[in-house]
Amino acid sequence: MIELMNVTKTFTTGKKTVEALKDVSLRIKKGEIYGVIGFSGAGKSTLIRCTNLLERPTEGEVLIDGVDLTKLKKGQLRKERSKIGMIFQHFNLLSTATVYENVARPLKLSKVPKHEINERVEKYLKIVGLEEKQHVYPAQLSGGQKQRVAIARALAQEPEVLLSDEATSALDPNTTSSILELLLRVNKELGITIFLITHELDVIQRICDRVGVMHQGELVEEGSVIDVFTKPQHPQTKDFVFDDANFKVPDSIKKGLSATGRIISLTFIGSSSSEPFLAAITKKYEVVPSILAGGIDQLKANSVGKLLIHLQGDTAEVEKAISYLEEREITVEEVAS
Amino acid sequence: MIAEFWTEWGADITQALWETILMTAIPLAISIVVGLPLGILLVMTRKGGQAENRAFYSIANAIINVIRSIPFIILLFLLIPVTRFVAGTTIGVEGVILPLVVYTAPYIARLMESALLEVNKGVIEAYESMGIPTIKIIWSVIVREARSTIILGLTIATIGLIGATAMAGLVGAGGLGDLAYQYGHLRFEPVVMYVVIIVLIVLVQAMQTVGNIWARNLRKD
Ligand SMILES: Nc1ncnc2c1ncn2[C@@H]1O[C@H](COP(=O)(O)OP(=O)(O)OP(=O)(O)O)[C@@H](O)[C@H]1O
Ligand SMILES: [Mg+2]
Repeated sequence: MIELMNVTKTFTTGKKTVEALKDVSLRIKKGEIYGVIGFSGAGKSTLIRCTNLLERPTEGEVLIDGVDLTKLKKGQLRKERSKIGMIFQHFNLLSTATVYENVARPLKLSKVPKHEINERVEKYLKIVGLEEKQHVYPAQLSGGQKQRVAIARALAQEPEVLLSDEATSALDPNTTSSILELLLRVNKELGITIFLITHELDVIQRICDRVGVMHQGELVEEGSVIDVFTKPQHPQTKDFVFDDANFKVPDSIKKGLSATGRIISLTFIGSSSSEPFLAAITKKYEVVPSILAGGIDQLKANSVGKLLIHLQGDTAEVEKAISYLEEREITVEEVAS
Repeated sequence: MIAEFWTEWGADITQALWETILMTAIPLAISIVVGLPLGILLVMTRKGGQAENRAFYSIANAIINVIRSIPFIILLFLLIPVTRFVAGTTIGVEGVILPLVVYTAPYIARLMESALLEVNKGVIEAYESMGIPTIKIIWSVIVREARSTIILGLTIATIGLIGATAMAGLVGAGGLGDLAYQYGHLRFEPVVMYVVIIVLIVLVQAMQTVGNIWARNLRKD
């Protein structure tokens, strides 16, 4: 559905050049929700803006449904763009137009027949749950409601793909949840492929099927959310995943404990959480595990359990216990203190 | 006493008021027709604009700056040959329209430019991402979003224009300024001058109030 091939983007301001994207390739399948995560400045916005050519890649190809956007003339590009909806962190609504007008105006400007405009506006405002607010101006809406208007505006174009540039980053946790919920519904019920970028792990966990990790302009890791979460490879990915698995245990406590044993985090997929593996290693080896913190994250397709434990015992025994855990598909990561 | 004053001066004052309104309205209309598109062009051709064009922008920018730095009274005399050629006369209301337009249109272009630049770039981008043609974005998004600021700008331009018409009296175009000068100053009829000043104050106040209310109604945030 979406294919980026060797996309490079270099910004030049004065004498300074910034390589915002370095040879990024990725492929997003029809009907999936694909998320890219990265820290500030990683190049996420640039990546998603290259997908509809709001930013023109310096090199590389951008294929939507097999059509290379970079080779299109202006008029053709506009036509292709109408198949790609986009939502933004700051909603980008017209401040001088009502909710209804905000959804209707782009349809008018793209010459959708009059009777159809009304139908579409009502249909999509209903889907986002704002049919009551039709005649209100954006200034009178909450952030979440504004984002709903923006989503309705994008959907009313009846696109095949929806791009989301940090759509929930300006919202509080509850509102974020409800917007993510809505995006899931949009994906399931309308079959719209979603490509989103975010710096929030939570967003990836809750709605994405696959995830890419960006670091300094490169896509350093990619895979199904469950794989990336349980077996992160790149240091950057580990940063994201294990930062979460650290449960914010204070450094002072970790320091004290590391004198008497090793602190490790265990990550495991839903099913293995029923196995009493801590009891098993205690029986099999000369080790004493104690639990520091734990939790279960609900991913879209599965759940992932995380435990932070303190493992006491002599080195060889601890090593054996760790191998035992790893054989059981549990990801073991030493936590630095 | 008021009645007496009015029988003597009423006709002159009404006549002068009418001339001032005419000298404001006609150049204003022409200046908007010239200045608004010019403002749009400035925004589009500037660096990072939708139709970036360095040559056009720098030239237009320079011309506007040059004209804006010439005082109207000088402009009035400087333009006499051009005015004669275009209007066929350099006196009366007709003779003063061209200089007033040359004076006001660049100002309006600047006011338009700054009003349009204030429009949220994100909104423009959102419309670009939906495949809406640039021309439509300019008109239905940028200009529309800027309407309130545009009205305020036009109010300021109009008041400036009223001020400039006072000087037009020097070439026999009439108007309130001329009346105040001719009778109040040259013929020692200070009362006429005071009355004219009051009429001007009321006129300017009314313009500003209407502009403010209009702009506020267009603003929805
Ligand atoms: N228009 C531009 N001109 C110059 N440099 C730019 C431009 N846009 C982005 N950059 C640079 O490219 C790099 C990547 O920026 P980008 O906005 O894609 O990051 P991001 O991952 O979206 O970050 P954030 O989470 O802060 O939004 C940064 O170093 C940024 O300064
Ligand atoms: Mg960004």
